[in-house]
Amino acid sequence: MKAPHTVIGASLPHESARLHVSGRAHYTDDLPLPAGALHAAFGSAPLAHGRITAMDLAAVRAAPGVLKVLTAADIPGENNCGPVLHDDPILADGLVQYWGQPAFLVVATSHDAARRAARLAKFEFETLPALLTAEAAMAAESWVLPPVQVNRGDAVSALASARHRLQGAVDLGGQEHFYLEGQIAIATLRDDDTIHLNVSTQHPTEMQHMVAHALGWRAHQVSVECRRMGGGFGGKESQSSQISCAAALAAWHTKRPVKLRLDRDDDMTITGKRHDFHIEWDVGFDAEGQILGLALTLASRCGFSADLSGPINDRTIFHADNCYYLDAVAIRSLRCKTNTVSNTAFRGFGGPQGMFAIETIIDDIARHLGRDPLDVRRINFYGDSAGEQRNLTHYGMKVEDNIAPALVEQLARDCDYAARRLAIARFNAGSPVIKRGLALTPVKFGISFTATMYNQAGAQVAVYSDGTVLLTHGGTEMGQGLYTKIRQIVAHEFGLPVEDVRLSPTDTSRVPNTSATAASSGTDLNGKAAQAAAQAIRARLAAFIAARNAVAATEVVFAGGRVVAGTEDIAFAALAAQAYRARIQLWDAGFYSTPKIHYDPQTMMGRPFYYFAYGAACAEVALDTLTGESRVLRADILHDVGRSLNPAIDIGQIEGGFIQGMGWLTSEELWWKPDGRLMTHAPSTYKIPAVSDCPPVFNVKLFEGENVEDAIHKSKAVGEPPLMLGLSVFFALRDACAAATGGPVALSAPATPEALLRAIGGLETPAEAA
Amino acid sequence: MTARPIQFYFRGAVQTISGQPATRSVLQWLREDACATGTKEGCAEGDCGACTVVVGERDDTAPGGLRLAAVNACIQFLPTLDGKALFTVEDLAKGNELHPVQQAMVDCHGSQCGFCTPGFVMSLWADYETRPAAPTRDQTLSLLSGNLCRCTGYRPIIDAATAARAQPRIELDRAPVRAALDQLAALPALDYHCGDTHFTAPRTVAELAQTYAARPQARLLAGSTDIGLWVTKQMRALPDLVYLGAVAELRTVTREAQHLLIGAGVTLTEAFAALTDAQPAWQELAERFASMPIRNAGTLGGNIANGSPIGDSMPGLIALGASVVLQHGDTTCEIALEDLYLGYQKSALQPGEFVRAVRVPLGASAPTHFRTWKVSKRADQDISAVCAGIAVWVEDGLVQSARVAYGGMAATPSRARRCEAALKGQPWSADTVRSAMLALCADYMPLTDMRASSGYRSTTARNLLWRFWLETGGASVVPTRIAEVLA
Ligand SMILES: Cc1cc2nc3c(=O)[nH]c(=O)nc-3n(C[C@H](O)[C@H](O)[C@H](O)COP(=O)(O)OP(=O)(O)OC[C@H]3O[C@@H](n4cnc5c(N)ncnc54)[C@H](O)[C@@H]3O)c2cc1C
Ligand code: FES
Ligand code: FES
Repeated sequence: MKAPHTVIGASLPHESARLHVSGRAHYTDDLPLPAGALHAAFGSAPLAHGRITAMDLAAVRAAPGVLKVLTAADIPGENNCGPVLHDDPILADGLVQYWGQPAFLVVATSHDAARRAARLAKFEFETLPALLTAEAAMAAESWVLPPVQVNRGDAVSALASARHRLQGAVDLGGQEHFYLEGQIAIATLRDDDTIHLNVSTQHPTEMQHMVAHALGWRAHQVSVECRRMGGGFGGKESQSSQISCAAALAAWHTKRPVKLRLDRDDDMTITGKRHDFHIEWDVGFDAEGQILGLALTLASRCGFSADLSGPINDRTIFHADNCYYLDAVAIRSLRCKTNTVSNTAFRGFGGPQGMFAIETIIDDIARHLGRDPLDVRRINFYGDSAGEQRNLTHYGMKVEDNIAPALVEQLARDCDYAARRLAIARFNAGSPVIKRGLALTPVKFGISFTATMYNQAGAQVAVYSDGTVLLTHGGTEMGQGLYTKIRQIVAHEFGLPVEDVRLSPTDTSRVPNTSATAASSGTDLNGKAAQAAAQAIRARLAAFIAARNAVAATEVVFAGGRVVAGTEDIAFAALAAQAYRARIQLWDAGFYSTPKIHYDPQTMMGRPFYYFAYGAACAEVALDTLTGESRVLRADILHDVGRSLNPAIDIGQIEGGFIQGMGWLTSEELWWKPDGRLMTHAPSTYKIPAVSDCPPVFNVKLFEGENVEDAIHKSKAVGEPPLMLGLSVFFALRDACAAATGGPVALSAPATPEALLRAIGGLETPAEAA
Repeated sequence: MTARPIQFYFRGAVQTISGQPATRSVLQWLREDACATGTKEGCAEGDCGACTVVVGERDDTAPGGLRLAAVNACIQFLPTLDGKALFTVEDLAKGNELHPVQQAMVDCHGSQCGFCTPGFVMSLWADYETRPAAPTRDQTLSLLSGNLCRCTGYRPIIDAATAARAQPRIELDRAPVRAALDQLAALPALDYHCGDTHFTAPRTVAELAQTYAARPQARLLAGSTDIGLWVTKQMRALPDLVYLGAVAELRTVTREAQHLLIGAGVTLTEAFAALTDAQPAWQELAERFASMPIRNAGTLGGNIANGSPIGDSMPGLIALGASVVLQHGDTTCEIALEDLYLGYQKSALQPGEFVRAVRVPLGASAPTHFRTWKVSKRADQDISAVCAGIAVWVEDGLVQSARVAYGGMAATPSRARRCEAALKGQPWSADTVRSAMLALCADYMPLTDMRASSGYRSTTARNLLWRFWLETGGASVVPTRIAEVLA
């Protein structure tokens, strides 16, 4: 029986909410600097591809406030910050591989002085030819990692024998993270050849190793701490290492604390983004729209280095099915090497791009057959878990908990899909300028790191003798509410109000060998680890009080800040004090590793995911056929978080994910000049959704149910999956375009006003609206 | 003028500041010198709102004699605070007791990573202090138009704007602030030196004219929503600044039967209110122009004088036949607005000459139909790909005269003369508009950049003309704008 006062499932505010609203939450840039602290700034090479034949730094060195100017030659250890391959220099060493790549580091007395000086370098280059797009790299067969092919069944013959067949191609843009807090690290040397860093990072352990390698040190000389980030979204998983390494390097050279905070424009120029894709397909289907065979090419622009592009593109393959059974399928995944910034993790980690591909294909099939796309989606769903048919993914994992059909039906009912479909058709028939569109799209997202080894976590919990609890774990807080949920989990184990539980900053010297807070797994992994630690302490307390009351330890109840054993009813704090005096260990560590998962990276077969998280969204949009401008009029979402640990936080993730996904596919356009220079490197030119883009009607509900697997309190991960709910907006826009043209739609993403106007054929000639 | 330090009201007392370069931003000062790190930097260019603070000024028409407005601290220079009051997120809570806007943000789960939150709180607080009733949804969208949040998707923050009003009211005690500002007002006009930077804030037009005529190399500074970025992004040195913000006469709006006269120092917020009042067609553009805090700081004079090809006020003003009053020393003259622009970033202003006011004809000389629109990737707070101002004077079904101006189509905002010629003297009909759309093709050769391609700009410019016809020509096509289906 669940205790009524449990904090599990309660909509508690974010643990830092009061600090956020009063300006008292400290982010890395808010930490008081030790005396003598210096500031660093990168100096960038203004060229997409070439060799530096001369780099004149005299003016930089002579600039006011400058103490040191460092280049690749000043790195005592390895000049690399690449997480997988060692192909990502901290500072360009002779070869420039993208426009704006850092080539030197200025250390000065102020942030402003460092930035001003960084602009004074004079370069001479030998220019090399630059590949700037995935298509150009495909033509040149330029890869950061070898192509991957995944086949199931015989796609070629399935295509040949299918009654209907369609080919197509689409370009899908990337996305800048635009975490509100830019990248930042502060490095402080400590005695005995050690260094401490405060970094805004999702992956403190990797920062630790990268800094150690850069300095030529060993891991136990470096500690990395992060209390909170002002947003991460994947952008601070691997890419904070260049900033960390540079700050550490500057501190090591100057023997003074050094802060490196990237200005927004530098941040957007230097750090990678969501991979943009060029997608091509050949699909065969029957008269109903059921897919019989599919050949799919997924070519991503990885940029100049591998970074996390391998696992990201793997995940694209794993999500090219979304909720649909693909019987005979051949997927070719190309990891294109280009002379652009190295693309990286971003909420969904390649999954959204795979889902975009299949949803585009389904939408095309529906328009080709003149059917409602939702009907074509339905007919392609995986079989339900009871049936043994149509429930094996193309990578060999059985879909055991397929709630997508039920969830979609519930949403379709709740949002009145069928009636609105008719109403919109009526509206469009009488409205030549403004067209409406509607789409309902599902999401199925695999939860776990595909690299099995990362599915582990640790935590440390301490009960002090006054009954208060302090804990720390390997996960990082970036706004997703991880600390809040872990606090609830631990408070629940001790039967304490959450106020009695505090979290201390994530620190590699307290919990070692942590995984990135990524893959939506933060709560699943760290929650279980923290729970294990708390349970170990609780078991000792239970045994202690049980013994003197002659009851079984399992009968001791921890609730409401009190502990009850037989007839004894004592405050938790009092019991803690007694246990301390009785020399009982009141702290412990917990560890967790995800069960059941395995996967062979060679064959791409196995069970990479512990379970799937599901969701669906229905979006209605309006399109202005004169300007291509569009708005979302209404969004309805039903999302599966298992049994929610904190509905308010989960709904926040869902809404925020939806809007972010919508932004990716609508207004967020990355635009490069022909010379490879990114021109959308600031919020003035790169447009994330603003407040009025929030749909005026926005209904968000949690799907009733629980995780079939033994995840923490039967909940499900929620960080990434909701992003893909934003696909509904794109497909609603496609629907509106179809209403305007009455024919097939070729709409690239993002669906900017210009892309939409082009898709409805309105770009070249004056529109004849009446 | 005698040199003196900068003085402003902050945290319950008057702050006296010297030794800071004149272009030091309010945000840098807060974070790096005052150790007040609640106010965040997200972009340093006025676009994200993480740095939102509230500035108070003496204003006898405002409650308690104090006018409060949210602005972006990252692009405001420290000396512009002279004689004003500065409020930041740290000013709101009383000890552990949160202000209602803060409590509402907590209750509605309005923060996730929390980095944007202080900025939202300050925008909400400015509204709370200046609008007695709870804002409507549209008003909330408008007041938060300058605050970006990457985490929440905004819904809980929109909710917080109303939830804050359900709690017992806690108002700023304005009397001591006003009293302090009154004392500061008694100081002589600011003439501030630091190192090789010089900042002068004359208080009368005569003083301004004199100062600027004597220092023509100086840069005139109004709301600094353009100039601020020259410093934070382009790292330009601006050693000599003459500030217009302290000249009360430049901040007046006069409406008479035949014209509207808007002083160059009038903020965009007030200027658009006056324009919309005279011509409701300004409403949509006014909402889409930048954001609330930028409109609170930036001036109409600055928009016009800056002369950007994508400045949004000019196409509409040119279409309406607006003129600008220029002054140099004691001499004033008045020219048509379009004649101010000679070429890309080249204006007819002579060294030492400034824009004193903008005159917009009203009454008998107003057009039969007028619209002004901007088109951009994002509805709010975005720079135009294309901006249009279209006015026609129709009599007995014939177009007597037409003024059509566009931004985003050429090196300056400019009139579409061929298009106008195709309209003039013709029946006000679909056919006439079609031929005007064709003529428009020959008026401009727009550029391709990150905001839009040349083709998109040309097409959209034509289509806006078509929409103008649909809305004013009697053709019964509805809706013609998304706004109509949004409502
Ligand atoms: C985030 C953001 C969004 C923006 N969005 C828009 C937008 O949507 N549309 C748009 O058009 N603009 C936009 N702008 C630009 C800017 O806000 C406007 O151009 C504004 O009107 C400038 O006015 P200001 O008072 O701030 O001018 P300042 O920055 O102070 O000055 C601008 C220029 O005008 C000169 N100047 C100012 N006043 C006078 C005068 N009286 N006589 C002679 N010269 C003078 C200055 O010397 C300077 O060269 C935006 C800016 C930002 C930062
Ligand atoms: S820091 Fe972004 S608006 Fe000021
Ligand atoms: S809460 Fe993270 S940006 Fe708003």
